[in-house]
Amino acid sequence: MSEDQRFKDHHREARITSSRLVITSVIMAALVALLVFRYYTLQVVHHEDYATRSDRNRVHVQPVPPTRGLIYDRDGELLADNRPSYTLSVIRERVDDMEETVRLLRTLVDIPQSDLEKFYDQLQQWRRPFEAIPVRYGLTEEEIARLAVNEYRLEGVEINAQLVRHYPKGKLFAHVLGYVGRISQADLAQFDEDQHKRYSGTHSIGKSGLEKQYESLLLGDVGSQNVETNARGRVLRVLDRTDPKPGEDLYLHLDADIQRVAVEALGEYRGAVVAMDVKTGGVLAAVSTPSFDPNLFVTGISFRDYRRLNQSLDLPLFNRFLQGQYPPGSTVKPVMGLAGLHYDVVDTSYSVKDPGFYRLPGDDRLYRDWKRYGHGKQVALEQAIEESCDVYFYDLGHRMGIDHIHQFGIKFGLGSRTGVDIPSERNGLWPSREWKRNNRGLPWFPGDNLNVAIGQGFALTTPMQLAQMTTTLANRGHRLTPQMVSRVGNEPVATVEEEELDVAPDDWDFVLSAMEGVMHGERGTARRAAYGADYHMAGKTGTAQVVAIPQGEEYDSEALLERQRDHALFVGFAPVDDPQIAVAVVVENGESGSGVAAPVARKVFDAYMKDRDAVEEGGSP
Amino acid sequence: MSQQDFLRRLPETGRSLRRRDRLQQRLHIDFTLLLLLLAVACYGLVVLYSANGQSLPGVQRQGIYFLVALVGMMVAAQVPPHLLRRMAPWLYLAGVLLLALVLLMGIGAMGAQRWLGLGGFRFQPSEVMKLATPIMASAYLGQRLLPPRFKHVLVTLALVSLPALLIIQQPDLGTALLVASSGLVVLFFAGLSWRYIIVAVVVVLASIWPFWKFVMHDYQRQRVLTLLNPEQDRLGAGWNIIQSKTAIGSGGYSGKGWLQGTQSQLDFLPEGHTDFIIAVLGEEFGLLGILFLLSLYALIIMRGMVIAARAQDSFSRLLAASITFTFFVYVFVNAGMVSGMLPVVGVPLPLVSQGGTAIVTLMAGFGILMSIATERRRVSRQE
Repeated sequence: MSEDQRFKDHHREARITSSRLVITSVIMAALVALLVFRYYTLQVVHHEDYATRSDRNRVHVQPVPPTRGLIYDRDGELLADNRPSYTLSVIRERVDDMEETVRLLRTLVDIPQSDLEKFYDQLQQWRRPFEAIPVRYGLTEEEIARLAVNEYRLEGVEINAQLVRHYPKGKLFAHVLGYVGRISQADLAQFDEDQHKRYSGTHSIGKSGLEKQYESLLLGDVGSQNVETNARGRVLRVLDRTDPKPGEDLYLHLDADIQRVAVEALGEYRGAVVAMDVKTGGVLAAVSTPSFDPNLFVTGISFRDYRRLNQSLDLPLFNRFLQGQYPPGSTVKPVMGLAGLHYDVVDTSYSVKDPGFYRLPGDDRLYRDWKRYGHGKQVALEQAIEESCDVYFYDLGHRMGIDHIHQFGIKFGLGSRTGVDIPSERNGLWPSREWKRNNRGLPWFPGDNLNVAIGQGFALTTPMQLAQMTTTLANRGHRLTPQMVSRVGNEPVATVEEEELDVAPDDWDFVLSAMEGVMHGERGTARRAAYGADYHMAGKTGTAQVVAIPQGEEYDSEALLERQRDHALFVGFAPVDDPQIAVAVVVENGESGSGVAAPVARKVFDAYMKDRDAVEEGGSP
Repeated sequence: MSQQDFLRRLPETGRSLRRRDRLQQRLHIDFTLLLLLLAVACYGLVVLYSANGQSLPGVQRQGIYFLVALVGMMVAAQVPPHLLRRMAPWLYLAGVLLLALVLLMGIGAMGAQRWLGLGGFRFQPSEVMKLATPIMASAYLGQRLLPPRFKHVLVTLALVSLPALLIIQQPDLGTALLVASSGLVVLFFAGLSWRYIIVAVVVVLASIWPFWKFVMHDYQRQRVLTLLNPEQDRLGAGWNIIQSKTAIGSGGYSGKGWLQGTQSQLDFLPEGHTDFIIAVLGEEFGLLGILFLLSLYALIIMRGMVIAARAQDSFSRLLAASITFTFFVYVFVNAGMVSGMLPVVGVPLPLVSQGGTAIVTLMAGFGILMSIATERRRVSRQE
């Protein structure tokens, strides 16, 4: 207490602070001495070391790029590997006259204008000093020899052996694997500091497909080495080295044999095939035709090649199984039939009269059946699926209404991405009242129900979605996310399960056996495709209109241009008693689901079953 | 009487001395300090020209920043210390509010939020705190009996840690440490008992491990690890330190000559014009150049200590000492980190590194020193 009332003693306080100032001064002096000592050590004691290091002729750091991970199919067949390729590159800091050097190089080897532009682009960017900038890839033996002879005139020019991505199967897996390409200006702009480091010494990056999806795993980690070079920049010896860590290998569910069969089965048609393993969701085949050779992109595609691919009417670069959105047509009928049973809109004996058209109450418009004079007087669900009776499903769609149709369809993954591990998947469209109001500004009309019930109208699906839908049917409501990669290095990738669909077992039995009837029934639309098989399959054909047929006109395929013909579709699974494989086929302008699409699926089934039998025979002696 | 005799014996010098003193008093400018600051700044611009790849516009811009800062210094010098003391709480409060504002709606850059947009201007409130914190601490302790009692120590700690914690949130560890130290040294100069100091040191040493484990960000840990072994990360963070050490070491005793540094001119040295500028200096002017710069800094610091020792009251004394010591910390940390002695914490080299805001704050601090130095004597000194 008394202390608080004491007067402030200015002299005493000044003394206290002064003494502290003295102490501080001593500390600061000591620290400054330490600094001086530090700089003295660096600049005088170790001067020679650092002078050598800064002397750019001697030691410097080089990145050692990692080997990109390989990609295998399920049987260990190599789908993507790396091959040595000789690259001509230039070290900016060692070249006195870049124009002259480039001019000289062009007299020795052929450097296309596009490569040269890329080189100049890269020259502008900030790079770690003394990093080699590639000018041309894939030098031939002869070119290497010519450069070697002229070495003395080419200061700062280097030839490095580099591993470059190679796709041994060429076109076959282009849309699945995607491709790597040179790291572009745009890629660089998005890199953070760590990525700049990881890609030092690496010149390519995954641009699409699995190469893009799994880029960070495939890449690996960069290593580094200290090298001693002579005045001309030739590496004399490696002083020490931190090894790079190679990228992870990917093992796919994909089966190269089934893929090949599917491609051959499609032949000249444009189209897509997706085959899924029903038990795991693994994708056994994913085909989009026509395809392209991904090797063209690896070291930079030439302008001419790119224009040819990009301007082709057949759209070879377009990934049909993931981005192609087709009306599912009659392939959704099993799902619709199941919905009818599930919501008790119909029972298995309910039947309709099919005169070849359907008319909504109080509406003059005719909704046609694909069969001109109809399927008979009393068509029930089983026959409706087997024969693909449109009128039955018009009636069902009308009675069920869009809300149930929408709600049930999305349980099969319709209208949303399947989540398969390939980038740039499209959504498809499974319409709802709300969707139409928001996007078209219109209410839902009764006629819309009819179109959606037969997979036309607004409905759009990707072949990947159709495969997932079929897998879900085969699994009796157990939906799986399609997976391309089964194993990363030694790490297995887990099966991803979506929510289960709860439908009575009797209803499943009924609809699945109707699908079996499509293949094996007397009147089944695809019975010819199943002929002679020693196992049973289930399926559903479909055709999807490309152009709307005006009211009152007949469908006349002859008159339509080839590219306006209907798309042919088929979905199915096999074997029926224990489903293993589900397949979705879309053949653009193929016209007939039963005649064109179903035989493609049959060949895929056969290939799978043969493969499985061979494994079983080999496995049990 | 004796003083009169003295003056009579040396009439010329005496009169001129007094005239100079009067001029300094009237302008509130300390000529010695001003001269030293100008010297360092000019030296800095010469180095910056080289570090900037010999581009004049960059140097001109920095020169303009310096002139602006000089005006700021003169303005600050006109504020008498007692007024500053009364403004202290408001200054402090405003600074804390601005820091809070930064966290809520600041502009981010490279993963940290440090700026406030102010009608086209960008402004870093943590800069204000570099001065406001020691001013507040000095104002608070200056009015208490010294050495401070436990209660007052606690209050001061709270005053200092509030802004420091806010700045850590941005996150900007380097600035937070500077702000904290500028406040804490006030306690030290106020005569904080050695007992407390020893306890604090022990606590700090004991908390190093949990701090490392739980508080530091990955990039900060990386910086320390890189310091301990730069070779381990040659392509990444180690690159800067390896290159700056190489630049300094290869400069030798007298340097490679102005504009002749291969490390800096060939772009080997990242951030050569900002935080790592002393490496450019070391490469081109050698140990001699470094010693010359350090001597200038030492003279500035000595002048600051003298001003502190002669200050009129506790507040001025503590504040002057804190400002001077903080300046020393800048120099030491920067020169230490670039030479690989301390971790890289992003502290610029005062008056030399390129940058606008930092130099204004710095010069405002020197303005306060000058105001303290030229304050009219109220109490006669008893020697």
